[in-house]
Amino acid sequence: MSLKIVVLAKQVPDTRNVGPDAMTPEGTVNRSALPAIFNPEDLNALEQALRLKDENPGSTVTVVTMGPGRAAEIIREAMYRGADGGYLLTDRAFAGADTLATSYAISTAIKYIGDDVDLIIGGRQAIDGDTAQVGPQVAEKLGLNQITYTEEILSCKDGKIVVKRHIDGGVETVETALPVVLTVNGSAAPCRPRNAKRVMKYKRALCPMEIPAGQTWADLPYADQYEKKPYLKLGQLSCADVNADLNQCGLSGSPTKVKTVENIVFKAKESKTLTGSDEDMNGLIQELLANHTIG
Amino acid sequence: MANFYSDIPELKFELENPMMERIVELKERGFREKDEYAEAPQDFADAMDSYEKVLDIVGDITANTIAPNAEAVDAEGPHCENGRVRYASKTYENMDAMIKAGMNGLTMPRKYDGMNMPITVYTCANEIVSTGDAGFENIWSLQDCIETLYEFGTEDQHKRFIPRVCAGETMSMDLTEPDAGSDLQSVMLKATYDEENNCWRLNGSKRFITNGDSDIHLVLARSEAGTRDGRGLSMFIYDKRDGGVNVRRIENKLGIHGSPTCELVYKNAKAELCGSTKLGLIKYVMALMNGARLGIAAQSVGLSQAAYNEAIAYANDRKQFGKTIITFPAVYEMLSNIKAKLDAGRALLYQTARYVDIYKALDDIARERKLTPEERAEQKKYAKLADAFTPLAKGMNSEYANQNGYDCIQIHGGSGFMLEYACQRIYRDARITSIYEGTTQLQVVAAIRYVTTGLYSSVISEFEQVEVKPENQAYMDCIKEMAVKFNADIELVKSAENQEVLDLCARHLYEEAANIIMSHLLLQNANKAPELFAKSLNVYINLAECEVMKNHNFINRIDAAQLDSYRK
Repeated sequence: MSLKIVVLAKQVPDTRNVGPDAMTPEGTVNRSALPAIFNPEDLNALEQALRLKDENPGSTVTVVTMGPGRAAEIIREAMYRGADGGYLLTDRAFAGADTLATSYAISTAIKYIGDDVDLIIGGRQAIDGDTAQVGPQVAEKLGLNQITYTEEILSCKDGKIVVKRHIDGGVETVETALPVVLTVNGSAAPCRPRNAKRVMKYKRALCPMEIPAGQTWADLPYADQYEKKPYLKLGQLSCADVNADLNQCGLSGSPTKVKTVENIVFKAKESKTLTGSDEDMNGLIQELLANHTIG
Repeated sequence: MANFYSDIPELKFELENPMMERIVELKERGFREKDEYAEAPQDFADAMDSYEKVLDIVGDITANTIAPNAEAVDAEGPHCENGRVRYASKTYENMDAMIKAGMNGLTMPRKYDGMNMPITVYTCANEIVSTGDAGFENIWSLQDCIETLYEFGTEDQHKRFIPRVCAGETMSMDLTEPDAGSDLQSVMLKATYDEENNCWRLNGSKRFITNGDSDIHLVLARSEAGTRDGRGLSMFIYDKRDGGVNVRRIENKLGIHGSPTCELVYKNAKAELCGSTKLGLIKYVMALMNGARLGIAAQSVGLSQAAYNEAIAYANDRKQFGKTIITFPAVYEMLSNIKAKLDAGRALLYQTARYVDIYKALDDIARERKLTPEERAEQKKYAKLADAFTPLAKGMNSEYANQNGYDCIQIHGGSGFMLEYACQRIYRDARITSIYEGTTQLQVVAAIRYVTTGLYSSVISEFEQVEVKPENQAYMDCIKEMAVKFNADIELVKSAENQEVLDLCARHLYEEAANIIMSHLLLQNANKAPELFAKSLNVYINLAECEVMKNHNFINRIDAAQLDSYRK
């Protein structure tokens, strides 16, 4: 059975490798100081999609990502690993979206892709916001079943899917009917590496947004390739393309209001100076035993 | 995220050598496949960009999968179960990542699912993988046996075997036997023709076979009954799917634990001939070994890079007497020597790989059409250079890997002797590099004719014509001085007209040649990229000058009268 799979992926600042200039003095993320990466759990999600594609010949994996032009890198990265193509959802009207407006925009994009999508798979959450809300909200907006904390897809056949979920204190196996939205946990299988031939094939793939201002496809290096190989032109969707209601998009569709941002700096509050005397040493040992640091 | 390609700018520098233009031109034959295969390059710049992107993937997998797995693989090692090899569990993880990334059959033609990459690029991938885990590098890099099958096999064999290797099936070269190590002429594994089934049958045993339970084996066997020398040996292809070869046991080794070294038993194993009978050793194994030696040179450079990485990290971290130990001259001298040997050895490695690329690409073209007289001359020139440089690259880099592993432990002090740090694994893994695929002593045997015929001397005098910046002139003068000594030493040894004197001095002449050639290559590199190589150049010239003086003094001492004190 061939499956039509959509993977939701996000480009995020690499908050795992934080340097001293990772935060601005105002307490917001200094995006220019952090490299932009494929959100780690979205890579786990992509791997689940690619496994389904491996097992079900004829299946397609389409990536949807929302962001500025440079986020098209996420689509290429996914294609290097096995995705068939993707769409960059990009529009000024989408800017400043919270999770509600984001999931609205994504749900309109999925409707645009078709009403025959079997699976929508995303990471559990993104490392920049850590909300874990977008996946479930997309399911709600599309009226689909959802399985969160997916660790492994045990089977997917005859319109049914059986999934192992990672839950507090153990695992849970659940079954539901397709179509379904899955959010995948970081404990699921890591994503396969980029494939050499696919990288060579897709390395010049671009979204229209990435073409430098004032230029067209015809002005790009190796312009003839874009004519000969349509797969090098990546999908791009605006607010109008997906018929989105402007009131539900971007800032105007975002009820979340940030009141304040607090910059938390961990500091050692108190210190104790000990001498090398037996008394001090014994005291320290007793204290460490008492608070179970040792023993 | 760490990346063992992009974190090491010296690799990109070597990849961008001007000779690459000719190599790519020959490999891609005017980019004739650009419309046929989506991944084929459009032009030279496109090809170079693709090579770099592929190496970036290798660097990523090595840094984030292979290197983190190395310790567990080293501890667990492979096991022999019912005549089959079971790798360490993390080895399968490494293999799976490399297969999914499509890193097999890199150099093979696209029509057989390969990527048509130059050997130089493959060598770079090899070095990178070895930096992460030299034991795993063995398993992965045995894919280059396919070069020999491609060179000497039939088109039917190409079609049946090459796509399998490109899909990730492994290979081995079954040469050594209990009584045939360095002396492969003594191979006795018996090949007999089975008229009834129209195939060959192999019977006997092999020992010390790296990755001996591979999918596709190249086997050296005696097809000519009654013969006892190399002319009775032929090369065979054994396909594991046919059965008949079992693993009797796996060796317990000092290093490269991840790589299973097997004793094999052939019981009427079905096999097919590769090439013609009787050319097994004298032609095919020589080709196979040259490829393998380049591979070991790359493995050695990877180990030297690993030794440098570990040593500098520790020296920056470790404090004694209130200071990090990297600030002490006794420590930074060791570090600088590691780096200088690494940079010089790497320059030699890639120069050799480029020579191999040019002559092999021309060989391949010659299978399609007649070469022009200019191309034939070019082929001959580079084949000879490759043949002369391969034993230098293999011998020197493997010795350097050992020295660098030793110094890496020394920098770690007592902690280095404990098994917690990676340096002990690097030291153990490096030890085999100067032994297998021909010991350093055999590399000297392979190289010495190029000393006496003056080939190295003429390469060196060509290098002396290379223009250098004024600030590097003093280095050039210094290297010229070394060459004067080297040439005088050759004449001196030749004038003795005593084979035993020559044999005793051979290693010393070999090292002189290698030191001078590496000095030149590093000088050329530093001239182009002082930010990467200026320091290493200075350090290496200091080292090389001492080495040449040492060997010069030795050679000047040795005459026939001295031999007696050496004989045992």
